[in-house]
Amino acid sequence: MEDQAPPVTVRGAFGRRDPDARGYFGEFGGRFVPETLVAPIAELEAAYLDARSDPAFEQQFTSLLRHYVGRPTPLHEARRLASALGASRVLLKREDLAHTGAHKINNALGQGLLAVRMGKRRVVAETGAGQHGVATATVCALLGLACDVYMGVDDMARQALNVFRMRLLGARVHGVDAGSRTLKDAINEAMRDWVANVHDTHYLLGSALGPHPYPLMVREFQSVIGQEARAQCLAQYGRLPDAVVACVGGGSNALGLFDAFIDDSAVRLIGVEAGGEAIEAGRHAARFAGGSPGILQGTRTFVLQDDAGNIGATHSVSAGLDYAAIGPEHAWLRSSGRAEYAHVSDAQALEAFQWLARTEGIVPALESAHGIAHLRELARESSPPELVLVNLSGRGDKDVQAVERQLRPDAAGQEPSL
Amino acid sequence: MRSRIRETFERLGAERRAGLVTYVTAGDPDLERSARVLGALDGAGADILEIGVPFSDPLADGPVIQRASERALASGTTLAATLEMVARERAAIRAPIVLFTYANPVVRVGLDRFAARASEAGVDGVLVLDLPVEEAGGLRAALEGVGLDTIFLLSPTTTPARIREAGRLGRGFLYAISRLGVTGARASLADGARDLVARIKRETALPVAVGFGLSTPEHVADVAQWADAAVVGSALVDVIGRWGQSDALVEHVEAFVRALRRGCAPRPLGGEQDGPR
Repeated sequence: MEDQAPPVTVRGAFGRRDPDARGYFGEFGGRFVPETLVAPIAELEAAYLDARSDPAFEQQFTSLLRHYVGRPTPLHEARRLASALGASRVLLKREDLAHTGAHKINNALGQGLLAVRMGKRRVVAETGAGQHGVATATVCALLGLACDVYMGVDDMARQALNVFRMRLLGARVHGVDAGSRTLKDAINEAMRDWVANVHDTHYLLGSALGPHPYPLMVREFQSVIGQEARAQCLAQYGRLPDAVVACVGGGSNALGLFDAFIDDSAVRLIGVEAGGEAIEAGRHAARFAGGSPGILQGTRTFVLQDDAGNIGATHSVSAGLDYAAIGPEHAWLRSSGRAEYAHVSDAQALEAFQWLARTEGIVPALESAHGIAHLRELARESSPPELVLVNLSGRGDKDVQAVERQLRPDAAGQEPSL
Repeated sequence: MRSRIRETFERLGAERRAGLVTYVTAGDPDLERSARVLGALDGAGADILEIGVPFSDPLADGPVIQRASERALASGTTLAATLEMVARERAAIRAPIVLFTYANPVVRVGLDRFAARASEAGVDGVLVLDLPVEEAGGLRAALEGVGLDTIFLLSPTTTPARIREAGRLGRGFLYAISRLGVTGARASLADGARDLVARIKRETALPVAVGFGLSTPEHVADVAQWADAAVVGSALVDVIGRWGQSDALVEHVEAFVRALRRGCAPRPLGGEQDGPR
């Protein structure tokens, strides 16, 4: 029944798959933070565990997801894309249609409500592509919270539209001109702000990264994606997908999708990392292809690093995937064999960006285009999955100018050569 | 094994004065000049030398030490190179040496290998900024196995129960963070610092050093009234940043440290109620 909207609910997502008491998923996770943050993080954990078991909080969250975010987002069958790729059936979970244009709003809303519940008056956040920054600025405007967003100056240049959107929404955006001037450095600066202002400030971290409870909390706020997608797939197709696919930067959109399918052992869970220009130091952000276990920004996980333990430079055409560490739960899902991980290159992602526009009339975020690009690799497998569900985590308006520059570096004004 | 750090605090007790702890980043501006700076600090009266291991992502540090870390990394300084420098300079230095580092370089080497190498190099204690007591069990065991002190940080936000835990697991001394926020020189001492030291003293007998924000001889003299040691980092790193390329580097470092050290004058007899114990 295509018309039957699935229930907008997060019931069953909260508390179902917790890490251990110290925040570990297997050997990954934990809480590696400066001493000043230990108590505020313990306070945050207690407040979160209390909120998620409070029906009033869940009701408030669920109601805003429906009436403010616009959930449930549709599940769209991409017939022309599938046929162009020689793939079987492809379903797109349309997180790009959520308010502000990406899945990021789910988590920003959940943590924003939590910040209000904790009596915080101010929020700090980092952003890479700008989507989390926009979502956070949006939620702060809605809830009446002061908002400061940190963003690497290189990312500010390549996502200028989102910088303007954040300022329009009343946020202060601070350029970070340190290190690689991208997401990692923005997180460092947001944590420095937080450590100085813990009494009245909540750090609204945007992905399933950082110290416990962030990886758990962010995944649970995002798990509505998979809850809906699973119910929609069953309702519309009478079966589960053979594989679900999502791009992985920190990994929150992927975990939000995977979570509902974890116990469906026949469903393959596939995360797609940014392969950049090549799998060589400094030219990609595929942590499982070029990384090793380490500790970065509060968590033990797979990290791109050198022999001395310094964090490696990264590159991706997509600012949202351009990060040296992966969420700890992904490291655990990979080590347990439950999820598999691949990477696609900048060039493949740019190609997929155009395929989707041409075949479905949907311009995806460059991050999400990585997931789309992987469909062609899946179609080439000896027994390809027949029904594949891809998380279209965000829309590509923010990337249009950067893609134009990529496709036509010198020839402004000419027709794009697609 | 006798702890050189413990001996230093015993001597300070006998001299009736607080100690001066200095922080510099290894390899800033390069390892050769860094070695000369360590000699100068020791000679000018620093009682304990903290040596920072440069790291790509120093999220607990303010801009001054971030830039020092960048200069040190640019000069090719790693944890291994830092330990080699300590090994070369150890015999000429009287003061205990505390390695001040982030967790990742240490876990990259491996805890046991790190502990063995630090011990061979002549390091006396290790403080890891992003390894709170709950995560420090493995490192502490490895360091204890080779007779090195594990030093914990305590903050104004630390609960009494965790102060007790740090007092139980820590060795050498405890490092009290005077204020919320990252490292960096400030114009005045934080109001809550003295209260934090008093809270720590209620839970543990370990000596307490106070740092974060101290930048002048007056700050040191103030802290010296009610703590066992005062730590100066960013203000000293700033001196190195300004004079690092000059022949006068060592002179300027010595002059600054002598001035700081004057803040650690012996306490008058009979002033026990103001003393740390």
